Amino acid sequence: MSIQDLEKIFQDKIDNEIKIEPKDWMPEAYRKTNIRQISQHAHSEIVGMLPEGNWISRAPSLKRKAILLAKVQDEAGHGLYLYSACETLGISREETINDLHSGKAKYSSIFNYPTLTWADIGAVGWLVDGAAIMNQVMLTRTSYGPYARAMVRICKEESFHQRQGFEALLMLSRGTDEQKAMCQDAINRWWWPSLMMFGPRDSESSNSDQSMKWKIKRKSNDELRQQFVDMIAEQIKVLGMTLPDPDLKWNAERKHYDFGAINWDEFWAVVKGNGKCNKLRLEARKKAWDEGEWVREAAGVYAKKRLRKVELLRPAAG
Amino acid sequence: MTLPRIFRYGDIPEDKSGAAIISKETKTDWPLWEVFIRSKQGLDHKHAGSLHAADAKMAIENARDVYTRRMEGVSIWVVESKYITASNPEEAGELYEPAESKIYRHPTFYELPDEVNHM
Amino acid sequence: MTPLIKYLLHLADNTLILSQRNSEWCGHGPVLEQDIAITNISLDLLGQARNLYSYAATLIGGEATEDSLAYLRKEREFRNCLLVEQPNGDWAQTILRQYCFSQYQYALYQELLNSKDPQLAAIVEKSIKEVAYHLRWSSEWVIRLGDGTEESHRRMLKAIEELWAYTGELFEAADYEKDLQQEGIAADLEKIKQEWQLKTEAIFAEATLPMPRNVFVQTGGKQGIHTEQLGFILTELQYMQRAYPGAKW
Repeated sequence: MSIQDLEKIFQDKIDNEIKIEPKDWMPEAYRKTNIRQISQHAHSEIVGMLPEGNWISRAPSLKRKAILLAKVQDEAGHGLYLYSACETLGISREETINDLHSGKAKYSSIFNYPTLTWADIGAVGWLVDGAAIMNQVMLTRTSYGPYARAMVRICKEESFHQRQGFEALLMLSRGTDEQKAMCQDAINRWWWPSLMMFGPRDSESSNSDQSMKWKIKRKSNDELRQQFVDMIAEQIKVLGMTLPDPDLKWNAERKHYDFGAINWDEFWAVVKGNGKCNKLRLEARKKAWDEGEWVREAAGVYAKKRLRKVELLRPAAG
Repeated sequence: MTLPRIFRYGDIPEDKSGAAIISKETKTDWPLWEVFIRSKQGLDHKHAGSLHAADAKMAIENARDVYTRRMEGVSIWVVESKYITASNPEEAGELYEPAESKIYRHPTFYELPDEVNHM
Repeated sequence: MTPLIKYLLHLADNTLILSQRNSEWCGHGPVLEQDIAITNISLDLLGQARNLYSYAATLIGGEATEDSLAYLRKEREFRNCLLVEQPNGDWAQTILRQYCFSQYQYALYQELLNSKDPQLAAIVEKSIKEVAYHLRWSSEWVIRLGDGTEESHRRMLKAIEELWAYTGELFEAADYEKDLQQEGIAADLEKIKQEWQLKTEAIFAEATLPMPRNVFVQTGGKQGIHTEQLGFILTELQYMQRAYPGAKW
């Protein structure tokens, strides 16, 4: 079969909503795009553990500590599902992680912002997870089977993440003046970065067109961003707080909220490594990986030793 | 007559454009395991996903921590991914299409009088 | 404060402080799967601590809650064993600390299943399966690291050197334990010690690790006399409640 024929069969499957599975023929670019996107997604889960993990030891009550621990642990699980999905495309987890550590692979820039107060934990849950969920719900219908299945599992588990964040903020919004101020301050700092999470405007996004055709992505960055703004602009009323955007207002004609201009210079600066925590985050990941090397090696060596022992004990065949 | 070409899950298909798991075991990289979970007594084990572990015991424990955090299971199977043999999607036609013509295997093929139609 | 309250706080403090220590690994584990495993253990221990504090709080009465007990007592009021407050060190040290504690906790909880205090027995019954799992997981890791590579073996030896002095305290009954033991509420630590020794010898043999003998025993934790570690742990743990007195979270 010619490449053209294979490509046609492939595109027909996509157009007919038939999932692509690991052993199916696929264009090399499709494979690469998926590897790039799934691994970035996996790295984001793992690096994303750090800003929140930062507050586990200081959580203000035992209940909050348990919730936060469970949540950050879920993120490790999500990273693992995604690394596994990535491995079905023929790249090992170790290679993928090496790409993160060398700076070749990216992760969501949002995690390069610092979590300064307890209220940040609430804001991250509500805004950052909220933004991530919009993307993830869309991805449960992505065309690559293992990625879609990982996303289904993740979305099921994520539903508590955003709720716990909102509830944590709700407590603050009903608390002392100091707590209210802490809440507003966190929202002020996390609002714009969470809008940036959807990526560049559609007119400037380099990957979107082909990704849409292959149904890796099903909604554009701007569509998802608008959906998010519409949702949050309503929810903030329940908190009795405000979003730091004087241009935010309901547009009856569009049936959407209008919102102000995003500072894309800041976005690109953080992507390029100039966020407050880029170095810190990457160093933490590298350190964990490097210091874990002897552990991984020891367990591997022990497993082989053990296997040999079992084989020696087994009576000879025949 | 050509027999269906069957290759292992861990093999690279001949045309390199497809995807496959390449199990490259380095010194510190633990092998990949496939995890199957029985969600409750009476149901089959179902593929849940995969993970890395140094040995089978560890794979079971990791599977418990990773895939049953929310009471999703009562029993776990693990098997090293390299031992799974998968059929080749290119031969899907010869493997599965012959079943399509055997409609008499399905109960709806038989039209019976209304009196016994719940048979 | 009655011996039972002191004892409950001792049991609760053990689990809270060890949970706090283990949770430092979250996001920094040697491999993703084990990051998840150690966090699970941390969560289990935290859950146990909350049950024990809540029970103690009902006995204390008044304004006492699980949080007031965890967040508003000072260094000298904590009764956890010195072992659990020791730093994580490397993975070997964390594993050994967990193993030593879990082996002790499992033997202890088996005895406490028959405690004459029904509420305590009920809490223990809820927790013992978790403890059995921690013991299994940490035992396997002790063996893996002891009998793994030269480096992992060497690191286990170092961990033993760091921690062994703190294992003896687990079996030295504090005054409140002695009182409760006579009433059939607390357990006979001598019996637990023997079981711990026997099981540990077997596991160390499989791990090709030497069993230390005649090591000086550091004590004091059960009476509130700690190592310097605890002050720092509490500083972090209690920061929010201290900085915002009376606030609800």
